[in-house]
Parts: sequence; C-alpha cells; structure tokens
Amino acid sequence: MTAPVNPKKLIKGGLHDWEVVIGMEIHAQVTSRSKLFSGAATAFGAEPNAHVSLVDAAMPGMLPVINEECVAQAVRTGLGLKARINLRSVFDRKNYFYPDLPQGYQISQYKDPIVGEGEVLVDLPEGESITVGIERLHLEQDAGKSLHDQSPTQSFVDLNRSGVALMEIVSRPDLRSSEEARAYVTKLRTILRYLGTCDGDMEKGNLRADVNVSVRRPGEPLGTRCEIKNVNSIRFIGQAIETEARRQIAILEDGGRIGQETRLFDPGKGETRSMRSKEEAHDYRYFPDPDLLPLEFDQAFVDGLAAGLPELPDAKKARFVSDFGLSPYDAGVLVAERASADYYEAVAKGRDGKLAANWVINELFGRLNKEGKGIEETPVSAAQLGAIVDLIVEGTISGKIAKDLFEIVWSEGGDPRAVVEERGMKQVTDTGAIEAAVDAIIAGNPDKVAQAKEKPTLLGWFVGQTMKATGGKANPAAVNALLKAKLGIE
Amino acid sequence: MSALNELTLAEARDGLKARSFSARELTQAHVDAIAEARALNAYLVETPERALAMADASDARLAAGEGGPLEGLPLGIKDLFCTEGVATTAASRILEGFTPHYESRVSENLWRDGAVMLGKLNLDEFAMGSSNETSAYGDVISPWRRNGSDAAIVPGGSSGGSAAAVAARLCLGATATDTGGSIRQPAAFTGTVGIKPTYGRCSRWGIVAFASSLDQAGPIARTVRDSAILLGSMAGHDPRDTTSVDIAVPDFEAAVSRGVKGLTIGIPREYRVEGMPAEIQALWDRGAEWLKAAGATIREISLPHTKLALPAYYIVAPAEASSNLARYDGVRYGLRVPGKDIVSMYENTRAAGFGREVKRRIMIGTYVLSAGYYDAYYVRAQKIRTLIKRDFETAYAEGVDAILTPATPSAAFGIGEKASADPVEMYLNDVFTVTVNMAGLPGIAMPAGLDAQGLPLGLQLIGRPFDEETLFAAGQVIEEAAGVLARPKVWWA
Repeated sequence: MTAPVNPKKLIKGGLHDWEVVIGMEIHAQVTSRSKLFSGAATAFGAEPNAHVSLVDAAMPGMLPVINEECVAQAVRTGLGLKARINLRSVFDRKNYFYPDLPQGYQISQYKDPIVGEGEVLVDLPEGESITVGIERLHLEQDAGKSLHDQSPTQSFVDLNRSGVALMEIVSRPDLRSSEEARAYVTKLRTILRYLGTCDGDMEKGNLRADVNVSVRRPGEPLGTRCEIKNVNSIRFIGQAIETEARRQIAILEDGGRIGQETRLFDPGKGETRSMRSKEEAHDYRYFPDPDLLPLEFDQAFVDGLAAGLPELPDAKKARFVSDFGLSPYDAGVLVAERASADYYEAVAKGRDGKLAANWVINELFGRLNKEGKGIEETPVSAAQLGAIVDLIVEGTISGKIAKDLFEIVWSEGGDPRAVVEERGMKQVTDTGAIEAAVDAIIAGNPDKVAQAKEKPTLLGWFVGQTMKATGGKANPAAVNALLKAKLGIE
Repeated sequence: MSALNELTLAEARDGLKARSFSARELTQAHVDAIAEARALNAYLVETPERALAMADASDARLAAGEGGPLEGLPLGIKDLFCTEGVATTAASRILEGFTPHYESRVSENLWRDGAVMLGKLNLDEFAMGSSNETSAYGDVISPWRRNGSDAAIVPGGSSGGSAAAVAARLCLGATATDTGGSIRQPAAFTGTVGIKPTYGRCSRWGIVAFASSLDQAGPIARTVRDSAILLGSMAGHDPRDTTSVDIAVPDFEAAVSRGVKGLTIGIPREYRVEGMPAEIQALWDRGAEWLKAAGATIREISLPHTKLALPAYYIVAPAEASSNLARYDGVRYGLRVPGKDIVSMYENTRAAGFGREVKRRIMIGTYVLSAGYYDAYYVRAQKIRTLIKRDFETAYAEGVDAILTPATPSAAFGIGEKASADPVEMYLNDVFTVTVNMAGLPGIAMPAGLDAQGLPLGLQLIGRPFDEETLFAAGQVIEEAAGVLARPKVWWA
C-alpha cells in the first residue's frame, strides 16, 4: 500500500506514533430459502436440528448439490462490489475435525473463488472518503453450533446452521483506523442489504467479521498481523481493533515481537486473548471437492443478474444530491438503508426535496430513534408526512404547528389535512383577526410599545404574545409585518 | 429341470414371463442356497422374509401381466449401498449398528424394475482391498478351489462377496462398485462377468464413498447378457449426484448380439508387464484371435503413461478417502468409543472402528494432502491422470473402438498368501484396471479360460466414454468363443 499516511489516524504510543493496518474477512449469510448444498431450510430460530437434511448430517453416501439461488446471490454481491465475476470457480474441501462439522470438512472455495477483485467506497465523517479494495468473495458452508450448557457432562450439537451458505468477503489491508473499519463494515452491510443478498443481522450472527490487525511505524513495511476471530457487532469491531493495536504497540515499544496468531476479543474484559498460534494452526489439507464439478456459468447469466440489480447506495446518494439538492451528508444519511431512501423519495416526490429531507431526518428519524424503531415500523407513512409538508408549504399550518400535527399523526394516525380541519389547527392568515389581536396587545402594553421604538428586539415579545393570543395559529409572517407597521420598527 | 438358482438372469426372467415357475419359487431356491453356503461368508445380512415378500408382490404383478424388466429376479446388494431399513456397514466396525433411512439410487432403480433383494454382500472394508480379506466381518471364501486342493482361495475384492455369491449361484446377479478394479478383478477371479460403466453412468447417491472421483457402481453377473440387463436398470441420470451424466441409457441388451465386425480392437503394448505369466499372455493372445475371427481388426497401440497409473492412483484414491471417511467420527451414527474429551473420543472411535488397510490409506491420503506435500504428490498425480486420459483419447481418436487387456496379472491366490505381504504386492493386482478408473472409462471383465490349476482367468475390454454397448458386443464374442467353462464344484453345502 502506498497511500499517504494521514497523521490524524496515527495512534500515539509511549515512544512513537504508530499506524494500524486492518484487513477484514466478513462472513455474510446468503439470503436464500435453502442451504448451499441441500434442500433444508435456512430459517432462524427453529428447534435444534429441525432443519437438517441427510446431506447436512453427512450421512453415508450423501452428496452435495449446488443451490443455484446462492450462486446468483454471490454474483449479485460481486456486481455490487464492482468486482470481477469468475465464470468458472471451484469448490474445495477444507478438512478439520469438529463436532459441529459433520462431514469432517467444510466445502469452501480456495484457489478459484466465484468473485475476484472489487472495491467499496466508504464515506467517513467530515466528508472524507476512502476506497477499500476487495480481494475476493467466495461461497462456503457454515458450520453447526455446539451447545455446552445443556448437560454437565456432554455437549450437544445443533445442525440447523450446518451447510447454510456464507459469502466470505475478503478486503485488502486498506483500513487505517477502527473508525474506518467500522465505516467499511457499515457500508458493506448497506450494500448487501440493498442487494438483498444478506440481511446483515449481526445479532443473529448473519454477519460476522474476522479482523486482521497489525501496527507499524509510518512508512515501514507491514507488521506481523493477528487475526481476531468472529467479532459480531460493529461496536465490538472498533473496540477489538483499538484493544489489539494498543496491545501490539505495547509489546513492540517494550522491545518485543508480535507472533502471528489467532485471537478472540472478549468485550466484557475489553481484551483480546490468544486462541492458537501459527504453529498450532490447522493444516486444512485443501483439495478440490471430487463430489462437485467446477461451477461454471456464462456471461449472459451474469448480465441477466446485473440487469436486475437495484440502484445501489452510491448511485442513489449522487442522485439525491443532484436531483433534490441535498447535502452529501444528508443524502448519505438517507441512503444508509434502502427502506429509508425509498421512504424519503416517496415524501420528496413532487415536493421541496430539502424540506422533505429535514422532516424525514430530523422529525421522523429522530422520533424513530427515540423509540428504538426501524423505518419499517414507522407509524407515519410517507403519504402522511408528505401531506404535512404540503400543509406547511401552502401556509395552512406553521412549522411549529406542523410538529404538533406530526405528534398527533404519530400517535393517533389519520389524514393530516383532516386532522388540521377537525382540530382547528389552521394558521390564521385573515389579517383582520390578526390585527384585532395585535391592537389589543398594543393597547394593553403602552410602556412596552414605547420601549420598542428604542429597542427593536422587543418585537419578538410582541410576536410571542400575538401567537399566544391566537393559539399559535396566526401566520408568523403576517404577524411580523403588522407589528412592524404598528410599532414603527424598520 | 435343474435348480432354479442355476439359471442365468435372462433365463430366469424368461421363465417367469412364461410362468414356468413363480418368483417365490425362484427366490426360495436362492434363499435355500444362501443358507447352505454360509461357509463362503458372502452375505453379511440375509433378508429372506423381505425377499419372499418382494417375490410375492412380483408374482402378483406378473399374474396381472405387469412387471418391470427385472420383475421377480433375486439379487444380492454389496454392503456399500445404503438400503432403507437394512443394516449397512461397508464391512467396517465403524458403521456397526447403522441402518439407513434411505435407499441408494442404484438399488432403488433395481426395486423400481421389480428385482428382489436377497441380502447384503460382504466386501473389503470401505471397498479398500483386492482379496476381501480386509472386511471386519471375516474373509469371503471363493467357491473355487485349485485342482485337487482344499485350500481356501480369495474371491478378489473389493466386491468379493458379490463375485462369490454370483459364482456360487447365491443370486442371479449382484451390485458391485469399482474404484480401481473392484468389480473387474473379483469377476476375473471367480469366472463371472463384471462391468464398471463410464464414470457418471450410475448415480453414486447413497453409496458409501471411498474415492468420489473414481467410484462407480456396476453389476456382476454370470453372463455378458445378464450384466447388460442389470446395468440397464442400475444406470441413469440422478440430479442428486451432480457427477452423474444426463445422457440416455441405451438398450444394452440389444447391443449384446451386435458382433464386432468392422471394429478395431487395440492391444496396448505397455500392458505386457514384466514377469507376466505365460498363461496370461496366451489368454490375451487367444482373446485377440477370437475377436479377429469374429471380424474385428486387431491393432497394437501405445498407452505410454500406463506405468504411472498405479502410483498416481494410490495418491488420488487415499487422498479422497482420507476426507470422505472423516465423517465417521462417532458423533452422529455408528460406533462411538467414549473418551475423556472430544479428541480422545475421535481417536478411540476411529482406532477401534477402522481396520489396518483403511487406516493405512487414511494416513497416506492425509500425508499427500498436507501442506508442503500437496504439490509434490496430489497435484502431480492429477497431472498424471490427465496424461493417462489423453493416452486413451489418442488411441480412440486414431480409430480404436475398444482395447483388450488381461483383467488381472494372475489367477486368484490363496487366503492369507498376500495379506501379510508388502501391501504394494496386493496393490499390483489392480495394475490393469486402475487406468480405466483414472480415465473414467467403461471396462468389462469376462471369463476367458482356466489356468493350469483350474482357476478362472479373465480378459478386460476398455471402451470409449459412454460406449458400454461395444463392450457388451465384444464381451459376448469372447464369452461365446471361450465356450462353456468349468464351474466351481459345490464343496460348501
């Protein structure tokens, strides 16, 4: 890597500044009805061993048959990562013994993966962005799950997950801080969710990361890396990197050396600990799976999938900026989830894009966050929010009233226009009514009227009084204009 | 009328159609013969009740003028084929107590066509062996004996139970499998006919795997015609095995009487191995003469990489086996020998569950796939495999229709004669047959004569991919020319 070193990203050690270098292997569960090589279902949360076929349990004489939908999903993902799609790839066996691995080998892709080099554009706060290289994406089987808490003397195995399709997405070591790493995973997750190829649900283990961390003095060659296995939240990814980088820096500044090894992150203790050293590493004895022919498809298959791809977040963001005049930041917030972007577009269609963005981001997202809800659970539909925006733009209600209206629609529902009618929330634009209120206030406060001539900022007090007297429904612009005229303020 | 179990499969089929006897009578004759022949140890499991029930069902269909191509014909099944509700062991302790809930595709095809199951046949453990002496459930004894000798002879392997049962009239035909010669070598040793079809012709689904890229199912029977009839039912594309090929199954029986007029038969000079007994050479020459007399052209050909086949085979097959047999870990089915932790449970189970030959091959396979050795062994073996395949392609491209070779370098040997020797000596039994597996081609072995001691000798014909028909046609010519051979005298009943 020849990217210039950004001093802001360096970690201060006791003696020197250090650069952390991070590469990631993301395991993303493929969204598909059945497993990679068997017809068993992939549904989450079933009774243990409810979704196990003869193939998944590795019964004698059973053979794997590739699930075409998983292949299509991997190709779609490759296209979403702007990656080279390999029309011929090979499934290999990775051999090791473990009770949750019934075959005694995992079917994976080793030398010839289905997807080759690609890239992901990652936006960082403060408008910066980096391009992270993707080395490869391959398909492989997930393992089952060992259950150690069912009996004091034995462990049990749940094979529901055994054989479920995973995409392993390997990045280049292009990340230089925990923040970049978090942003990369977030962006990758967004792309996968847009594509519909992985739901990205980290709580269910459907997206997990192995994080390779090394440190070096700026400008020096790459240091020895340690791999932190199976980190299952974006927050933990950040913490694990920070913790591991500091551990390595401490060793190096102490004159020690880093041993290449596999480590586990313990979020409770805030430390990484050794799982196995390079010497203890398995010899997986990879070789091409003789039960499966090489996976081959033609360019037309790829082209067909490419034609069916949805608009991806980068393109959508650019379009929101150019078509709706949004700031890149706001556009980025809106496109982070496909459902949010769709919602926004429904609100913005035929309306003021910026105003729509303000309402979606500030009011709707703010309220959803407060309640811990996702966009899918919003009680205010895009049509309802659009109607609220319309009422503001028409001048039927003020921005302040609009917030009250939003609250009513949020908790009680209803057509915003009808609610405004029924509850008399309409803004008073009838100058006669406003003038009467203004006259009454001026008559009742001669001292303030006198002061206002000297101190024009008192206008605000009069506006407040007028709004109070009209129940907030007076058109603020009309109130302002009338007061200025009557108080003689320029 | 001679005993019903003396009939060939084709004769029995025709007799059933003509209602000369019932399927029950035919089955009962076999059940009785099996009960009298336990000294051969050919059957691991006998299923007489099931056989008779299937026979009755066949009789009902035959009476109604219905029935499939194998209706009412009793067969034995090599115990490498999973059979629903009937114990399946692969002749290994490690599968002790295992009863599948599913039926292998090949045996399912046989039952679909009306065949009757007599039981499960002994074999070398996990089909690893050439003498049926590696079975965890005892050696299979050949029904053959040397002239004037009582010494027990091996039936060959790994399909030793299948070959012995067919030769001893304990079934009309049997399923078998062939990874390096396991159908053809025992057929040659027992004076029976065995065909290993083209890789991909039969589904491997439900057959306990030895070496996936080499394993192929096929029949052993008493005549070329019988083997053609059986293969016709066993073969067929199966979407559950992606290496099975979606190609129509021809009428193999019709090909039997096609003759060899106008065919070119290749005689590969590299198969004239050092130390080949004169009897084998004479048999080979005689076979070529027979084919020539029937109208074929005989041409000497070269398959230059032949001598590399055996060493390459003994890298590829163990490599795949070491991985295929990893699933026998004591966790889910079969034998489990407890241990203090999971690793010791694995070790105890596999130490007790696998026999010496299986362990040897797992060790070899693990070694050749290990980091640092993979390129030197596995990768080179695969390259050799490509060269072997190319040798055959060249011969066929030059107009050769089939290739004639001896089936084995010698007649059957005595029980124990080679079992304690250097394992490589045993491996040399496959020298003429492994090339065929390495190239994925079809190969048939049929009896062609007896040696000086009265033991059968076989010839092998190797065909083009998916051209089993030519093998049946040429095999029939050899079978007819060889005439009626002596058969084993019944000493076991």
